[in-house]
Amino acid sequence: MSNEMTENLTEAGAEAPESHGNHPTVAFYIWIGVALAVLTGVEVGIFYMDAFEAFEVPLLVTLSTGKLVLVVMYFMHLKMDARVLTWLFLAGAFLAVFMVTALTILYQVLPDLGG
Amino acid sequence: MAHAATTAHPPTNTGISNWKLGFWTFIGSECLFFGTLISTYMVYKGKAVTGPYPSELFDVLHTTMSTTILLFSSLAMVIALHAVQHGKKSRAILFLGLVILMGGGFLYLEGESYLKYIGYGLTITSSTFGSTYFVLTGTHKLHVIIGMIWMAILALQIGRGKITARNAETVEIAGLYWHFVDIIWIVIFTLVYLIQ
Repeated sequence: MSNEMTENLTEAGAEAPESHGNHPTVAFYIWIGVALAVLTGVEVGIFYMDAFEAFEVPLLVTLSTGKLVLVVMYFMHLKMDARVLTWLFLAGAFLAVFMVTALTILYQVLPDLGG
Repeated sequence: MAHAATTAHPPTNTGISNWKLGFWTFIGSECLFFGTLISTYMVYKGKAVTGPYPSELFDVLHTTMSTTILLFSSLAMVIALHAVQHGKKSRAILFLGLVILMGGGFLYLEGESYLKYIGYGLTITSSTFGSTYFVLTGTHKLHVIIGMIWMAILALQIGRGKITARNAETVEIAGLYWHFVDIIWIVIFTLVYLIQ
């Protein structure tokens, strides 16, 4: 079973990127998966290393956004799909990010204002 | 129009299938739903007057393991979709099985953490931290459970020949849901566990 699977994966990985609509190959997806794991490792490294303490929050938020973008663009195929779907997602995501940021600033950064 | 060649759907004004358009709208609304839960957690972060506190409980390495498993389940999901689109039935079932297995692994590890926290006295009613933490992560876990049931149904349908390359969009939509569950965890992992 596993041999057959490896064969199939290799076959699929060898296909041209444009072989199925605009969808990437399995090999490309595996690279994205590896990149996600590496980025997670870097995040955890930053969490444990004191050297990054001053920049910890912006670094972690940037890395996490990078991971999110990779999943949305490639695993969810937004990069290859109709632009309107990207706008539908961004509308909800933007409002959610705005709400989280505004409330966090109000209650954590400026607690006198937020209560 | 990436799927025009392989996915049959009735003609629409937008050229996009109604299911897909509707599901992306649903995902947009789910962003706001989780946005409210994350906002509530952030508002009460560090404001609990009774312990135990996050820094006493969270084991980041343990959560990193469950996070990695969930990330790789997304990889398995996209390979399962690729297999369905290319008519590789057994590979599609195998990878959907892996998605379910990894979803189960994620829930097992997170369940272990829940039991540990409860053992230390953190419950949904013990403090604002307990309430906001369990509601946020519990809602996410509920989404994982729904996703696992969905994947099992899809695997059965593929096995029975009801889902083929022609109607692979059914799997694509389930995949969108699973990846969304994954990206929500990416955000929770950073905001809840890493930025303490």
